[in-house]
Amino acid sequence: MATPVLDKDAAGAPGPSSAESPYITVTFRVRRFNPEVSAEATWEDFQFEIDPKERVLDGLHKIKWDLDGTLTFRRSCAHGICGSDAMRINGKNRLACKTLIKDINPEKPITIEPIKGLTVLKDLVVDMEPFFQAYRDVMPFLITKDTNEPTRERLQSAEDRERFDDTTKCILCAACTTSCPVFWNDGQYFGPAAIVNAHRFIFDSRDEAGEQRLEILNDRDGVWRCRTTFNCTDACPRGIEVTKAIAEVKRALITRRY
Amino acid sequence: MKIHKYDTVIVGAGGAGMRAAIEATKRSRTAVLTKLYPTRSHTGAAQGGMAAALANVEEDNWEWHTFDTVKGGDYLVDQDAAEILAKEAIDSVLDLEKMGLPFNRTPNGTIDQRRFGGHSRNHGEAPVRRSCYAADRTGHMILQTLYQNCVKEGVEFFNEFYVLDQLITETDGIKRSAGVVAYELATGEIHIFQAKSVIYASGGCGKFFKVTSNAHTLTGDGQAAVYRRGIPLEDMEFFQFHPTGIWRMGILLTEGARGEGGILRNKDGERFMEKYAPVMKDLASRDVVSRSIYTEIREGRGCGPEGDHVYLDLTHLPPEQLDAKLPDITEFARTYLGIEPYTDPIPIQPTAHYAMGGIPTNVQGEVLADNTTVVPGLYAAGEVACVSVHGANRLGTNSLLDINVFGKRAGIAAAEYAQSADFVELPENPESFVAEQIERLRTSTGNERVAQLRRELQETMDANVMVFRTEQTIKTAVEKIAELRERYKNVAIQDKGKRFNTDLLEAIELGNLLDLAEVMAVSALARKESRGGHYREDYPNRDDVNFMRHTMAYREVGADGTETVRLDYKPVVQTRYQPMERKY
Repeated sequence: MATPVLDKDAAGAPGPSSAESPYITVTFRVRRFNPEVSAEATWEDFQFEIDPKERVLDGLHKIKWDLDGTLTFRRSCAHGICGSDAMRINGKNRLACKTLIKDINPEKPITIEPIKGLTVLKDLVVDMEPFFQAYRDVMPFLITKDTNEPTRERLQSAEDRERFDDTTKCILCAACTTSCPVFWNDGQYFGPAAIVNAHRFIFDSRDEAGEQRLEILNDRDGVWRCRTTFNCTDACPRGIEVTKAIAEVKRALITRRY
Repeated sequence: MKIHKYDTVIVGAGGAGMRAAIEATKRSRTAVLTKLYPTRSHTGAAQGGMAAALANVEEDNWEWHTFDTVKGGDYLVDQDAAEILAKEAIDSVLDLEKMGLPFNRTPNGTIDQRRFGGHSRNHGEAPVRRSCYAADRTGHMILQTLYQNCVKEGVEFFNEFYVLDQLITETDGIKRSAGVVAYELATGEIHIFQAKSVIYASGGCGKFFKVTSNAHTLTGDGQAAVYRRGIPLEDMEFFQFHPTGIWRMGILLTEGARGEGGILRNKDGERFMEKYAPVMKDLASRDVVSRSIYTEIREGRGCGPEGDHVYLDLTHLPPEQLDAKLPDITEFARTYLGIEPYTDPIPIQPTAHYAMGGIPTNVQGEVLADNTTVVPGLYAAGEVACVSVHGANRLGTNSLLDINVFGKRAGIAAAEYAQSADFVELPENPESFVAEQIERLRTSTGNERVAQLRRELQETMDANVMVFRTEQTIKTAVEKIAELRERYKNVAIQDKGKRFNTDLLEAIELGNLLDLAEVMAVSALARKESRGGHYREDYPNRDDVNFMRHTMAYREVGADGTETVRLDYKPVVQTRYQPMERKY
């Protein structure tokens, strides 16, 4: 059995400065904004040594803990489950805790900005409220019409369960919604994440409010705004086929079958 | 400063908090204060499942589940509580299914179940399929489902509000909960929440360890807030080290991987768990497996150039099974280690995972001021609490169960209490403790840095009070923690602002971790036996004569202001199971 030592050259990352040290020098070019200090957002460069196998989040912590405690960002679980640390890294929406430095060309400065389309409150922290409001607007909960609930669980075949599996993976990180050009131009658009969460219920065989949800998404700010740019699918850190889910909702609106 | 009035205030929006909120909101005017957005809680990181004797796939019953829980906890479990846990497990799972949770299904369409560590048929005969699951995302699905139902019920959330102090007013010689003090991250403003009932559901404190599966935000804020106000903490020496964390990173790889057939191997490729647990093998309880791993490592059979880890081998399982049942953890191995689990074993090591101890409660979730006295209006549920259903070692899948059973119970009990009780008068200047704490940190010119102190704390905890402990190592930790607590007085922060000052909050969180680390180490030093997650090499056997009892740690402040931890003990509730030697 091989020992899992990562091949330093495999990922195209530069070798360490000496044969023994895995550390390399990187530059994080971070978008800073603090209205308590200035009304203008600025770029600030931070240079430090880090093992390229570490996460971008580890780099941000290095800055916050050792260089500049005022740098502000959200994070919690640090392994791609809680959805706190979506940000724009080298121009692409990613979770900082799921992005390894070696994978994003660390020879050049790594740019880090807040996700787009939501109001920036401080540094990488944005106002998530409009995002969650769109989520709440699609009625993201199981609705059944039966007056007598079964004593045991509702039955669902493995195939019916599989039908909506992909969209149950959503962690509400907003990486998809804030990568969408339609959302950037019009914050009223529900955005991919809300549609993903509507999909999760529309295609759940136990749910009986599919029609209502489809009508909500038939709105002028609903699914028809989607221009199929696939940014959302590229951005999703959970690998959800977001654009496909949106297309399925569109098709359900036309055929009324789901 | 703003003052709010609610019947019920819930601190924390993870599984326990939101399960409580769904009940409390139906019965009383309820506010949920949470330092993170609700779906960010670490409940979402739980993977493997939730135990309940549904008997969907093979014979099972809640009595066997009770026994396994008691045995798993090395007989330090309060058996009345364990019985409730196992009995109400069944409805808890069915509740979640009715709320919409997408469990994996059997060919018949019922909820599927799989094996998990320590869960057995007929009192230890063989592993049983008791864990209800949704791939390896069960915690994620629970958290999402509970949040969805909070949206449905119109639960009122105060997001990014940090509860930093518990308000207690003494009337008629009885300590009563009056409310909490919270700090609003966005504005830096202090809020007083006067409430008839307060439920703590703020999670664990694993961040005092370095290699841990815990989120950065699991800093024991709830435990510390009540401990400072004279409430004891129970069984804090018992901390669970999950056998399979990703090597050096600590990220959790579910026990479900072994439930699906995964095998632990040493550098010789040997399935070493056969030596330590002939019946349950890789599915022995977590404390047993973690000690076995470290025994292999210490005896020179660890893997890698430094021999400091072992392998979790999934390579004999069909890729389709891994994709269907363990999609997330196989992706973690690919993302963080660059390893393909179809073909290569995954390097793992035990990772600090779960606090069995916490705020003492009875089975209604009511917090205890001592061994028996309830604090009117104060409740706790989930990892922050100690009921005690986990005793000296929690079984896998019993924590997702705990948050649902006791979250629901606490939510109902707290709201019903609020329906009949009056508001308790707030203490004078209720904000003073928090205001002073914040002011001191903002204006400090000291030369200590938060990150440095936290690193030193984590180093000493990993080195001295992890899987193996001795009098000497624990004493080393106690001394180091005392030094760090002293240096903490000189801690300074760089961000002096009011808006989203996470620099300030990290400093406060470190203070909480230091308080709790001290309680843990002092409690561990006094327990001169080995039981469950607490293993003393100098006292390798369980000692039921002297230590079949819960530790109760109280904060004492001397006339000169010096703080010490005073230990007392509480009897264990035993009903039908007499302590036996624990073998797997």
